[in-house]
Amino acid sequence: MSANGIGASVRRKEDHRFITGKGSYTDDINREGQTHAYFLRSPHAHALIKRLDVAAARQAPGVVGIFTGDDLAADKVGGLICGWMIHNKDGSPMSAGAHPALAQGKVRYVGDHVAVIIAETYSQAKDAADLVEVDYDVLPACVDLASADSPGQPQIHDNAANNTVYNFHLGDKAATDAAFARAAHVTKLDLVNNRLVPNAMEPRAAIGDYNSGEDAFTLYTTSQNPHVARLILSAFIGLAPEHKLRVIAPDVGGGFGSKIFVYAEETVCVWAAKKVGRPVKWVADRTEEFLCVAHGRDHVTHAEMAMDEKGRILGLRVHTKANLGAYLSTFSSAVPTYLYAPLLSGQYDIPAIYAEVDALYTNTSPVDAYRGAGRPEATFVVERLVEVASRQLGQDPAQFRMRNFVKSWPHQTPVIMMYDAGDYAGTMRKALELADYKNFGKRKRESARKGMLRGIGFSAYIEACGIAPSAAVGSLGAGVGLWESAEVRVNPTGNVEVLTGSHSHGQGHETTFAQLVAGRLGIPIEQVSIVHGDTDKVQFGMGTYGSRSGAVGMSAIVKALDKIEAKAKKVAAFALEASEADIEFKDGRFSVAGTDKSLAFGEVALQAYIAHKFTGAQLEPGLKEGAFYDPTNFTFPAGVHICEVEIDTDTGVTQIAKWTAVDDFGTIINPMIVEGQVHGGIAQGIGQALIENAIYDKEGQLVTASFMDYGMPRAHDLPHLELGFNTTPAPSNPLGIKGCGEAGAIAAPPAVINAITDALGHEEIAMPATPQAVWKAMQKSAMKIAAE
Amino acid sequence: MYAFDYHRPQTLRQAVNLIGRTEDSKVLAGGQTLIPTLKARLANPANLIDLGAVPELRAITQKGKSIVIGAMVRHAEVAESPLVKSAIPALADLAHLIGDPHVRNRGTIGGSVANNDPAADYPAACLAMNATIITTKRKIPVDQYFQGMFTTALEEGELISAVSFPIPSRAAYAKFRNPASRYALVGVFVAVKSGETRVAVTGASNGGVYRWTEAEAALKPRFSLAPIERLAKPPSTNMNSDIHASADYRAHLVYVMTKRAVAKALGR
Amino acid sequence: MPKISMTVNSKQVSATVEGRTLLVQLLRDTLRLTGTHVGCDTSQCGACVVHVDGEAVKSCTCLAASCEGAHVTTIEGLAQGGTLHPMQEAFREHHGLQCGYCTPGMIMAAVDLVNRKGFDLDEQLIRSELEGNICRCTGYHNIVKAIAAGAANMSAQPVARAAE
Repeated sequence: MSANGIGASVRRKEDHRFITGKGSYTDDINREGQTHAYFLRSPHAHALIKRLDVAAARQAPGVVGIFTGDDLAADKVGGLICGWMIHNKDGSPMSAGAHPALAQGKVRYVGDHVAVIIAETYSQAKDAADLVEVDYDVLPACVDLASADSPGQPQIHDNAANNTVYNFHLGDKAATDAAFARAAHVTKLDLVNNRLVPNAMEPRAAIGDYNSGEDAFTLYTTSQNPHVARLILSAFIGLAPEHKLRVIAPDVGGGFGSKIFVYAEETVCVWAAKKVGRPVKWVADRTEEFLCVAHGRDHVTHAEMAMDEKGRILGLRVHTKANLGAYLSTFSSAVPTYLYAPLLSGQYDIPAIYAEVDALYTNTSPVDAYRGAGRPEATFVVERLVEVASRQLGQDPAQFRMRNFVKSWPHQTPVIMMYDAGDYAGTMRKALELADYKNFGKRKRESARKGMLRGIGFSAYIEACGIAPSAAVGSLGAGVGLWESAEVRVNPTGNVEVLTGSHSHGQGHETTFAQLVAGRLGIPIEQVSIVHGDTDKVQFGMGTYGSRSGAVGMSAIVKALDKIEAKAKKVAAFALEASEADIEFKDGRFSVAGTDKSLAFGEVALQAYIAHKFTGAQLEPGLKEGAFYDPTNFTFPAGVHICEVEIDTDTGVTQIAKWTAVDDFGTIINPMIVEGQVHGGIAQGIGQALIENAIYDKEGQLVTASFMDYGMPRAHDLPHLELGFNTTPAPSNPLGIKGCGEAGAIAAPPAVINAITDALGHEEIAMPATPQAVWKAMQKSAMKIAAE
Repeated sequence: MYAFDYHRPQTLRQAVNLIGRTEDSKVLAGGQTLIPTLKARLANPANLIDLGAVPELRAITQKGKSIVIGAMVRHAEVAESPLVKSAIPALADLAHLIGDPHVRNRGTIGGSVANNDPAADYPAACLAMNATIITTKRKIPVDQYFQGMFTTALEEGELISAVSFPIPSRAAYAKFRNPASRYALVGVFVAVKSGETRVAVTGASNGGVYRWTEAEAALKPRFSLAPIERLAKPPSTNMNSDIHASADYRAHLVYVMTKRAVAKALGR
Repeated sequence: MPKISMTVNSKQVSATVEGRTLLVQLLRDTLRLTGTHVGCDTSQCGACVVHVDGEAVKSCTCLAASCEGAHVTTIEGLAQGGTLHPMQEAFREHHGLQCGYCTPGMIMAAVDLVNRKGFDLDEQLIRSELEGNICRCTGYHNIVKAIAAGAANMSAQPVARAAE
């Protein structure tokens, strides 16, 4: 391992600009002549727009333009799309309602976009919005997920009967029913996976810019995948041909999934820039983010697990209702289906699984991928079931899990996935050791002496990352391929620019990708720069989400580096006057085998460009190679997280007393960064388990629309985190990387809830386990004890 | 924010004159509540009178057996004041629990007491310690001052200049934070002076800060934990109920926080 | 409209602003010091923390006009002559940032914390003093480590404190 190569905790190259205040986020960018947009939003969850009069607002000071859905329709601007076609049980396609960027006659959630007001200043735009007259015919709202498909509920989209987008299923129903029929024991649970707001610290923002001389647009936007945004804005929404639309995602302040999607606001900013002939900037305030960013999770599930008399799992049966909100966001349909049901086998050898998912519209903000996306929901189902089953059978939860773990690889689950490598029992043993499991009883007694209830909870999660083999996802309904691209440009002086289709918004790609390149080429890491986030610079790429940038994005770089090395060897052969077969490349030097003749990488680069030692007939000059990498399988990060809680019996306050995580992410490029990813994921998972909850009232008003009411984890809500690794390389990609970005958010919620239920001695606690919820649960058990 | 005319008086007299002269004015103290309110366009004053440059309202002094805190004294100053820490440590403790360090560097006692947010901390201290609210016009006994959430005895144009706290023999504040906003979901301030015990509760009631008289009566014979432990929990009628805490839970927390405040006051 | 003047990062500045202009708007929009960020509307996230007369303040909850005559330090003013402040260096060294958005406010809050509580900070104190700063990326784990280390390093470099 070199000082800066794979495996080294290299300090991040990108940090200097962030710690000195020199980052360049979308709102830090200002274009000459820029105007400011404010979106007038629906105050009602469900209403017909009877009249929309912007005449008075148009006269307000500073107003440059006001547009409504009619204006977009007149320009034939298409609606927002959902890029993944899911089919119903009967094979028919899902029912997707129209999703105009500005409402056309009807609003479907609080915050839905009614009009855009563009003015010289943001305050003027907001002032003018007060003068827009809208008469609404308020309709009853459908908010409750559990009953959204019941007859008689308000109909949100005309073409989605009973507000049902699809009834999906996966697995073998007959085999699963048979497994349950012969079961000695069945564990049943009703679970709610609470709705979350991603809350990246940088609110979304966009600047649309139109150059009439070139008849071309530029969009600066807070995106995790600028090329995909451009493709959608171009091919589906129809704003401009792809080559006339440049999308720049500069520094982006966190995404967690929420910045994958193409939203109404950026669509309108691009279109309106041409209408008003000036750049149009929009920056969300936090309340708008709460109302309109795509939310995450929001499932209600009934799940059953069948076991034989020894506690071997025989089968799993799951029925989930998934809330997709008022419109289908970009990838929403895939989340509760192919990112969820195929993960229901967990780390376990389960012979039969059958899952049904009903995806429903409600009059709430759209719901789409949020850190983990489908996999946290699946893990919550599996790990709650397993924990409860072990308790019901009187077995140690760790032993119960180990008995049922997959023990050999490759392992084909009954729900699509082929697990290719792992060491689940080894990871569990390491976690038990690190968590000092054998002394838990002692710690529990110590807590009891302080008047506190202590509990321990496990979560043995698995995820499918490295998203994804294009042909496989194509067969499942994806509208795009999910490969990644890279281009390695070696300059004549030997420094290197790597253009990647991945996008870093906190993950540290500028460092980890440079580590790979520097290590491989034997050059100082300072001589490598990573270029991303600009469709004019970078060849097409698919962006960053689903823990894919290491496994897929870096694999593309490896492929390009292979080509660079091959080409450079040819150059070196000419320069060193040797046979290409005799050229060896090691530690940044090309040498002729068995001689002392050699050239440094930079010298070979120069030779490639001056091209004095070979003719055009012999070799093309230059040293620049591109590659597209399409994975051959998903990757399967897995691990065990162990949570210990202490509960204050007076108040119901839960403190995380101890957290242990042992993860298998395959090859780790930069341990410091990987640990940071785990920390952040766990924090979001603990947030979901303890305080985060997006709540709508019966009328569809979001009650938790600010940090005053939506609990965001603060530093003292979170524990010190003890991390460990147990690595088995992924066999499907050249570096053996599995991915790490989502693990913590997937693992944490069931670990916390399992610990709380262990402490309380009963299972009835929903997320988030707020002090009030825990206190109420304790009241119930006290009543139960009294009644017994 | 809607537009307004900004005024920055240099003396208290100028400030009072400005309030008298201007229509539809609001007074800006530390701004930690008012500015977010203005940003959310929940208020639309024509004039904003910033007390930030007024020098008179910034002192913490001892007058006889009372600590007098100027209206523009910031929470951080109360929390760190050697005088407050030695005379009424519970008050310094309370100030330290308000908001966060940055909010405490701006927010003022006068602003908090004038606003009377039902989840604010200072009203509990004022009520429990039988404080006197000193204004530009008069001295208002605290029992007449707080009149329900966001409502006080302050008249149009009347400014708080200081709050005077009689030094208690024992006092403590126990706060249960709202997990999201970190305001008081329930806060209980207990104070003993000259044989009288007062128990003031903030955050819990839909009527704003109030005295829990049953607890006061229970503690009257002897200030100790036992009588509180024997006391029935307060009824949940009149308790706030929202997504963060039901009336039941708030009533329970009033009981628990009272117990904790008493224990703390006893040095336990 | 009030005409105001103040010292920002040791430079005298003056501007004519609306009464409703926030300090953060003056810094970002007028002075183009975009290192100070806005992450919420309710004075909670702390991405906007700057120092006003040596104290940490949420610049989104402070009128520009209220800072007449004040000395304001932003993240851009922390490094001296190309040398990073020890707290900046500690955030880099301990991976105390990911997306970087909350970082300027975090660092300014951390320096203020050291100014108030000294160089020897334990984990519990740091965690409780971070009440006013929200980070969504790091789980705070490395921020806490960075602040403890940065504080210790500040004691070795007292000049860093005098920068303000």
